[in-house]
Amino acid sequence: MMKLDLSCLEPAAGAGREPCGLEAAGVSGVAVDSFPLPAVADIDSFEREVVEYVKPNHGTTTLGFIFQGGVIIAVDSRASQGSYISSQTVKKVIEINPHLLGTMAGGAADCQFWERNLGRQCRLYELANGKRITVRGASKLLANTMFSYRGMGLSMGTMVAGWDEAGPGLYYVDSDGQRTKGKLFSVGSGSLYAYGVLDEGYRWDLSVEEAVELGQRSIYHATFRDAASGGTVSAYHVTQEGWTKVRGEDVGQLHFNYYPAPEEHPCNSKDPLAL
Amino acid sequence: MPGGSCGRGGELLWACWCPADELELDPKRAWAQDFLCGIRGKDFVMVCSDTTAVQSIVVMKQDEDKLVPVDSHKLFAVSGEAGDRVNFSEYIIANVRLYALRNGATLSTKAVANYTRSELATALRKSPYHTNLLMAGYDQGEGGGPALYWCDYLATLHHMNICGTGYGSYFVLSMFDKLWHPNVTEAEAFEMMRKGVDEVKSRLVVAPPKYVVKVIDSQGIRTLGEL
Repeated sequence: MMKLDLSCLEPAAGAGREPCGLEAAGVSGVAVDSFPLPAVADIDSFEREVVEYVKPNHGTTTLGFIFQGGVIIAVDSRASQGSYISSQTVKKVIEINPHLLGTMAGGAADCQFWERNLGRQCRLYELANGKRITVRGASKLLANTMFSYRGMGLSMGTMVAGWDEAGPGLYYVDSDGQRTKGKLFSVGSGSLYAYGVLDEGYRWDLSVEEAVELGQRSIYHATFRDAASGGTVSAYHVTQEGWTKVRGEDVGQLHFNYYPAPEEHPCNSKDPLAL
Repeated sequence: MPGGSCGRGGELLWACWCPADELELDPKRAWAQDFLCGIRGKDFVMVCSDTTAVQSIVVMKQDEDKLVPVDSHKLFAVSGEAGDRVNFSEYIIANVRLYALRNGATLSTKAVANYTRSELATALRKSPYHTNLLMAGYDQGEGGGPALYWCDYLATLHHMNICGTGYGSYFVLSMFDKLWHPNVTEAEAFEMMRKGVDEVKSRLVVAPPKYVVKVIDSQGIRTLGEL
């Protein structure tokens, strides 16, 4: 019978680890087996700096707009850590309840945690009051949370969208504590590119099909230009009956759908030796 | 800064949800508010530029023409630090004209673009010019036609169908990606310029107020109008 060699899990024999941090500095009152600290002069600023390197960031494009037929939400699905693409299949829309959606941009953990927390608060509101929370109320709950943690390093840019007795609703909430009501928003590193396409194609009287297509196309063009956005485009449509997921297309596939002939794409030169 | 270094100049922008963190709005970097863009069609090339001259946080003038003619069928759209911009473009243009006089032959747009890039690259490790250029031209004769080149201050040269520089280009490039097609007409291109400038004016905090559009075709350079 073979046995796994687990000796690597045992503590090293002999002198043991080298003292480091405060321990090495000979600060009195610190136990020998205390948690080792980085050996730096100013640990506060060191931690502030270094946390940025390990924080998974959503390099993201998200957008939302209200039109004649309800609310459209569209997002990409790429997560990155610096220049490294850590995932192409991130879900950046949180389905808070059948009538409420939240989008995520910024720190992945911050967004997931606090938007789930928002979902919990919304459910508690329902149980306490016997009716669904409004979009206005939900976005305010999130904004209040964000404001209470202001300046403590949270990184979020979100949209809260949905339908309540007042009709369609769309709010932008971020980790600075800002909360704004609006008809059309885009958030994330690719938002500038998305705005370019979105503003050009937006009209109040867009049909549902046109609106979904505009949302998808805006995200696609943002993923083409913004290296930190990509993966798949997910699009949601919110009406009085609640949200439905209407699209989920790979941006690579979309690229070939929109540009079946490569030479017709503006970024392809017919003459590769034009330089 | 979250996500890494600022993306200006290089072609990489690192992941960060908030664009403002990447695009630091700094009065000392007033040149980044310069907006240039270009569109190449089948038989013309069109360029647009803002007309604002800025010194620190002060607007010095509103009718600066940053689209400078090189010869009858070529022009440079120049942005960058005020002194470098004028000095470098005048130096290149003078040499291009001198070449034409000495040899009795005008250089092609491609030749001018590569000469300009070379001069910028040589200067880069000595006393660099902070100058971004779009080089547009229409070459007569065989193998001719419209040409549009994009060159940044690090002397990266690209042959482009659509291009832009400055903060404004972030909004415009995606829009042009969508609207451009190989058979785009002059009227369509002008409409693209108008939509692009409208977008910059409505979305960019530091948007310049006035823009000029010029087109080059087989007839030479024409000013199409102001936006």
